[in-house]
Amino acid sequence: MSPEWRTRILIALAVAVLVAAIYFPILKRRVKRQAQVQQQSEEQARRELVQSLTTATNEPMAKAKLFWAAEGEQAALAPTTVDLPLSNDPVLRAKQVLNTLLAGPVDAELRTLPPDAALLAFYILPDGTAIADFSEAIATSIPSGVQSEQLAIDSIAKTLEANVPQVRRLKILIHGQEVETLAGHLDLTGLFPVNSNANAPAATSPKE
Amino acid sequence: MHEFGILLLVLLMSRGFLKVLPISAGIALVCVIAAHPQIPNTNSAQTPQTNVVPSRPGLNIVVLDPAHGGTDPGARGVGGIRESDIVLDLAAQVRRGLEAQGFQVMQTRSANENPSFDDRSALANAQTGAIFLTLHVSSTGIAGTMRVYTMPDMPLPPANGGLIPWEQAQAPYLSLSRKLGDAVQAELTQRFKGSPANVQTAFVRQLRTTAAPAIAVEISSVTISDKTDLDRILPGVAEAIARGVVGFRPSYVTPTVPGVAPGGVASGGKP
Repeated sequence: MSPEWRTRILIALAVAVLVAAIYFPILKRRVKRQAQVQQQSEEQARRELVQSLTTATNEPMAKAKLFWAAEGEQAALAPTTVDLPLSNDPVLRAKQVLNTLLAGPVDAELRTLPPDAALLAFYILPDGTAIADFSEAIATSIPSGVQSEQLAIDSIAKTLEANVPQVRRLKILIHGQEVETLAGHLDLTGLFPVNSNANAPAATSPKE
Repeated sequence: MHEFGILLLVLLMSRGFLKVLPISAGIALVCVIAAHPQIPNTNSAQTPQTNVVPSRPGLNIVVLDPAHGGTDPGARGVGGIRESDIVLDLAAQVRRGLEAQGFQVMQTRSANENPSFDDRSALANAQTGAIFLTLHVSSTGIAGTMRVYTMPDMPLPPANGGLIPWEQAQAPYLSLSRKLGDAVQAELTQRFKGSPANVQTAFVRQLRTTAAPAIAVEISSVTISDKTDLDRILPGVAEAIARGVVGFRPSYVTPTVPGVAPGGVASGGKP
């Protein structure tokens, strides 16, 4: 190979490296932006779904009491009253309040459930046992610990208690399956008491 | 199938083996007879289970459970702090404090491994005069605060042939668990300001199947950026836990299990 060609090849390689050095950061930014857009789209879609669930019912607006974390107290819940078109059907009503609970409060710091978690299904058995099936994100995205997991379960149970009197106890499934714990601490194998002061008998602990 | 299960239970009990026995249809029972120091054990002449430690009446043994481990790191902090590592360090320090007070200490794990919830409970359930402490570090809460948890109210299982269901093993011990929790929480709160004044309740999976006074201790939190901050507080946490256990010791009594016959046969039931 002549020196002249060697020089040309070296120049071409140098140009290629230079182009790559400029282009790769741009490409990285584009990929990151695309991922963000996709994440926002999923969040938007979920919110629209919640919106459609709450607005397509033609039900009169009612005051729903939702339980998110209390401001300034990490281990406590506080009720927030939200105007929602609540159905008289207990299953639909439960879906409406739980989807609103999942959508989160105005202050994201007061969330009790992960933003990417979704309610997949909800049923109420004739004896008042409610079965709530959540997506895997409720377990994988929640901060690990007894305190945070207990707060998550309490927020679901208290929100149902305040808005759906037909529910007596709650069973939580994740992606249709019974799991041993929420995220390594809280027991999900049994039933959680809801409206336990009501007349109908209710389970008082898991595995009753 | 059921009869076969009962036969298996009787056979194993007569040989002094397992306390945890699958009966039928997925029902597991825990035998409380051997764990009940006030009840004469008709099998005492048999070869004892290897991990059962003979002891004088009263509280002698503390089973420490460093939570998570193995493939389960538990809570993880931004600085790479892993709950499973921190609780192992904490357990070693609590162990030293308790051994200095004359307790025999057992650990559900001493290395980076992850026994099942039931295996961890089984270690405590096999002992006489024992308490159980499961140790955790959370990913939430005000840094440097400590919380102690016991199980919420559980219904006492119906009497059934000297057995209580494995799934409700904690039920007869709840009152003692709360006394233990109060004692440990008081020591922690005195030392770590901002910690709650009282023991709290939560459906902690690990506690439910433990047939002994049992509490969960949770430290906040793995979210601190510098692990040395956590390392610095561990000796104080360990000392407070040890002092709490020592304070609880005189309160320890063998719980009365409903259905215990005058002849000393504890009764339990299926779920």
